[in-house]
Amino acid sequence: MNDTLDKIVADYRDNGGNVISLLQETQEAFGYIPREAVDYFSAQLGIAPSRFYGVATFYSQFRLNPTGKNKIIACCGTACHVRGAERILSGIKRELSLAEEEETTQDKEFTVEKVACLGFCSFAPVVLINGEVHGKTNADPILKEIRKLKNK
Amino acid sequence: MGPAGIAAGGKHVLESFKEALSGTGITASLKENCSSHQVGCLGLCARDVLVEIHQGGTKTVYQYVKADMVRRIVDEHLVGGTPVKEWLVDGAYDAFYKKQVKVVLSDVGRIDPEEISAYEAVGGYEAAKEVLHSWYPEEVIEEIKMSGIRGRGGAGFPTGLKWELGRKAPGETKYIVCNADEGDPGAFMDRAVIEGNAHAVIEGMIIGAYALCAHHGYVYIRAEYPLAVERLKRAISQATAKGYLGKKIFGCDFDLEIKIKLGAGAFVCGEETALIASIEGQRGQPRAKPPFPVNKGLWQKPTVINNVETLANIPYIIRRGCAWYASYGTEKSRGTKVFALTGKIKNPGLIEVPMGITLREIIEDIGGGIENGKQLKAVQTGGPSGGCIPANKLDLNVDYESLAKAGSIVGSGGMIVLDEDDCMVNVAKYFVQFTQSESCGKCVPCRVGTKRLLETLERICKGHGRSNDIERLEKLSAGIKATSLCGLGQTAPNPILSTIRYFRDEFEAHIRDKKCPAKVCKGLLTYSISEKKCKACGACLRACPSGAITGEKKTPHKIDQAKCIKCGSCFEVCKFGSVERN
Ligand SMILES: Cc1cc2nc3c(=O)[nH]c(=O)nc-3n(C[C@H](O)[C@H](O)[C@H](O)COP(=O)(O)O)c2cc1C
Ligand code: FES
Repeated sequence: MNDTLDKIVADYRDNGGNVISLLQETQEAFGYIPREAVDYFSAQLGIAPSRFYGVATFYSQFRLNPTGKNKIIACCGTACHVRGAERILSGIKRELSLAEEEETTQDKEFTVEKVACLGFCSFAPVVLINGEVHGKTNADPILKEIRKLKNK
Repeated sequence: MGPAGIAAGGKHVLESFKEALSGTGITASLKENCSSHQVGCLGLCARDVLVEIHQGGTKTVYQYVKADMVRRIVDEHLVGGTPVKEWLVDGAYDAFYKKQVKVVLSDVGRIDPEEISAYEAVGGYEAAKEVLHSWYPEEVIEEIKMSGIRGRGGAGFPTGLKWELGRKAPGETKYIVCNADEGDPGAFMDRAVIEGNAHAVIEGMIIGAYALCAHHGYVYIRAEYPLAVERLKRAISQATAKGYLGKKIFGCDFDLEIKIKLGAGAFVCGEETALIASIEGQRGQPRAKPPFPVNKGLWQKPTVINNVETLANIPYIIRRGCAWYASYGTEKSRGTKVFALTGKIKNPGLIEVPMGITLREIIEDIGGGIENGKQLKAVQTGGPSGGCIPANKLDLNVDYESLAKAGSIVGSGGMIVLDEDDCMVNVAKYFVQFTQSESCGKCVPCRVGTKRLLETLERICKGHGRSNDIERLEKLSAGIKATSLCGLGQTAPNPILSTIRYFRDEFEAHIRDKKCPAKVCKGLLTYSISEKKCKACGACLRACPSGAITGEKKTPHKIDQAKCIKCGSCFEVCKFGSVERN
């Protein structure tokens, strides 16, 4: 881990100290922003951890916890909203026994994320399951797909 | 092939074409004639994958193409010479294009977006070359001013004027920034332009940079658009290799370097001062203006920020002249505008129309009307900063002034069509939910005000509306508009105000009668099973996630209202229409 972090610190110094780029690189490497990474940056660069967390929590892209094995992204943009995105999302959350604000299941099998528009609006409503686009869909086929993944 | 094309399996189709063409021993010359290149978005996304076949001077278009259809198209059409009739596009396809005027999209969907030579073959980079070799910067600014183009990012500020201010701003170091944050949820114009013709954006930036005398450019693009980022990167490296970017570009004494900055998912970063903070690596919070970015922008240096579509228009304006561009549109809104037409429309997709076209022409002629024979209720434009235009105002001209007068805005180009099944209170709530969660929290009116707006709307949708709620919403909205720090807060109440203005009766039905006329708001609905119609098939019982339905074989089922979570699952699965929603 330290080699990766050192490289990120070096890049940070090279590109004139951009916290967002540093966090993006970190998330690219680990899938989330680990606490140890922030502590390490803080020690190496002499910047308070709160600076990093301040930026990380401002932008929705950054996550402070690892994601589940399967990643489901439900679009809740306007075009999807008027075509029943909410019903699909609540169906998915129910299927996975996730509370309203929860994203990742206890067994770390699934992470469900809500985004505002993926740019596939003509295919609304849209759900991405592990990167694959499911457009013009409804709860049924999505839940079937999820059950398939569950049984794997 | 844009994002939708890829989503619809465009990659597979492309592969299949390659395979089929090489597999059947088709001669090399034929291969060249129909070299299957991948293109950007063709516009009519819902019919993807669209495949165009150009043979000599004729063009044939197939719709909904799947990989397993390719072999037959190749065999019968390319080898045999007779198109596969039943897969060709129908009349709606022509209607979709007839009233459109393509300027910024003229090459999108026509050329291979991954090859600089394809763009050059249609005249690409000639404008930049000419401008750098033989125009004064002031002439460029004058030309853009005369074209009348106004910023396409939302505010509609005249681009020529912005450049002039940037040129006159004192300072050695200046920046030009392309705003590709496209935050409006439900819009994808900028994405389509970059994916379909990133080189036009770069050429526009080169011309702008020259006019301002800026040697550094940034493109701030949202990370949710991986394909656009990839194509942009590729375009920049191709342009650099050609000597169109870098030192002494086009052999002139002018340097320009363009860097890409990835956004990290914050709507407010589309706002200029927040965008600047974000490029600098900080939390994307706006600051008070003035000083404006043209004087104090990135790292306190003069900075001009333009939207993707604005910049991509520039090469076409220079190449064909300001008079040509200004011949489209209205007196005060010149040229064309790209819209992402979505929602309950028959032919959703990306369209480019002359300013001043009526909404009716867009909805009925281009979009083919409302799907499933439903009634149009309203058209939402301008996203979270805009408003809803009701069906009886369909003859409104789409330009900056007319839309503003009607309580909405042109905005960045999202156009969402709503039908009788959409609840306007819910739509207003949706947008406030969005702005409330995207408010950066720096100023109180926006942070607290949007929260109070949302709470009130949520209460109304749950059936706890109070008689003075409409007045409260209006009063609070006025305060937020007047006192918020940036455009986000200043426009956040617009969706509420415009829906109250045109759909007051729907608000009143929610508040006074505790009814949602469109049957959307969960809190105001009850589900019940008609004893007469129920066939006791058990479908609803199995579908109910909360165990609220009971019933035996051959006895009509019942819903326990205390347990019902109003998810609507039973209503959807019942084949006999025996679940009633009121
Ligand atoms: C909250 C907010 C979000 C915005 N989002 C965008 C955006 O996503 N893309 C964009 O080009 N402009 C956006 N704008 C407008 C920009 O601040 C700016 O006016 C525009 O990029 C200027 O370019 P133009 O003159 O070419 O339109 C936004 C403004 C506000 C207040
Ligand atoms: S609104 Fe869902 S993809 Fe655009």
